[in-house]
Amino acid sequence: MTTANVRVDVPARARRGEIIDIKTLVAHTMETGFRRTHLGVPIPRDIITTFVCLYNGVEVFRAELHPSVSANPYLQFSTVATDSGTLEFKWSGDNGFSATQAARIVVT
Amino acid sequence: MKRSSRRAFLAKASASVMVAAALPAVVRAQMVRTPLNNMPEVIRKLTGTNTIHKGRVKLDVPPLVENGHLVPLNVSVESAMTESDYVKAIHVFTERNPLPEMVTFRLGPRAGRARVATRVRMADTQNVIAIAEMSDGSFWSDSVFMIVTLAACLEELPA
Repeated sequence: MTTANVRVDVPARARRGEIIDIKTLVAHTMETGFRRTHLGVPIPRDIITTFVCLYNGVEVFRAELHPSVSANPYLQFSTVATDSGTLEFKWSGDNGFSATQAARIVVT
Repeated sequence: MKRSSRRAFLAKASASVMVAAALPAVVRAQMVRTPLNNMPEVIRKLTGTNTIHKGRVKLDVPPLVENGHLVPLNVSVESAMTESDYVKAIHVFTERNPLPEMVTFRLGPRAGRARVATRVRMADTQNVIAIAEMSDGSFWSDSVFMIVTLAACLEELPA
C-alpha cells in the first residue's frame, strides 16, 4: 500500500436530481512496460488498472486504465446527486498499488 | 546501361536532399511509423457480430498535438441515460500505440449524462476510435485522425 497523492473535486452541496461533475487526479508514473533503460533493460510495467467511484456504497462509475493513459491519471465523469452522503474513490493497480479518497456531499 | 555523368548525378542527389529538407516536420515524422497494432481484432472481440454504427458519439480531441505524452481526450454520447436506455460503456482504441486499448469507462443510468474525459499518450500520428456500448446492445462510434509531432514513448522506436 502506497500513500498516494490524490486530488478529487466534488461539489460540497447540490440539489436533488442535479447532475454533478467529478474530477479526480492521482499521482502515478504509469510506467508503460514498453520502455527500456539506456542499457537496454526493459522497465517493468507499473500502472493503475482500475478506478471505481462509489456513491453511498453503490458503484456509479468505473474506469479500466491501460498503459496509454498518461502519467498522473486524470478522470472526469458525472453522477446524479441522489442523497447526502459520501462519495468514495478507489484506485488500484500493479505492485499492489491502492489509494482511496472520500468526499462528503450535502444534497438538498 | 546508360552512362550518366558525374555532374548529372550530383545535381539529382542534391535536389533530393533539398526535397527532404523542405518537408515539414509532420511529414518527416510520418516516414518512421510505428507499426499497426491488433486494434481491429480487439474491437471485433468486443462487438462480436454486431455492427458498429457511426454517430451518437462525439470524440473530442485536438486534431494536432505537439506533445504526445499528455493529450486531452473527451468523449460524449447522445443518450437519455434513463433506467431503460443508457450508455453501458465507452471504449477508446488506437491503431498505432503498442496496445490498442486506451481506456474503458463503465457508466450507468446514475451517471446522468454520458460525458467523460481523461488524458492519454499518443505514440504516433494515428486514428483514435471511441466506441459506445449501449444498454440495448448496440454499438456507436466516432473516430478522429490525430497528427502528433512529438510522440510519446520515442524510446520504443527502433534506432
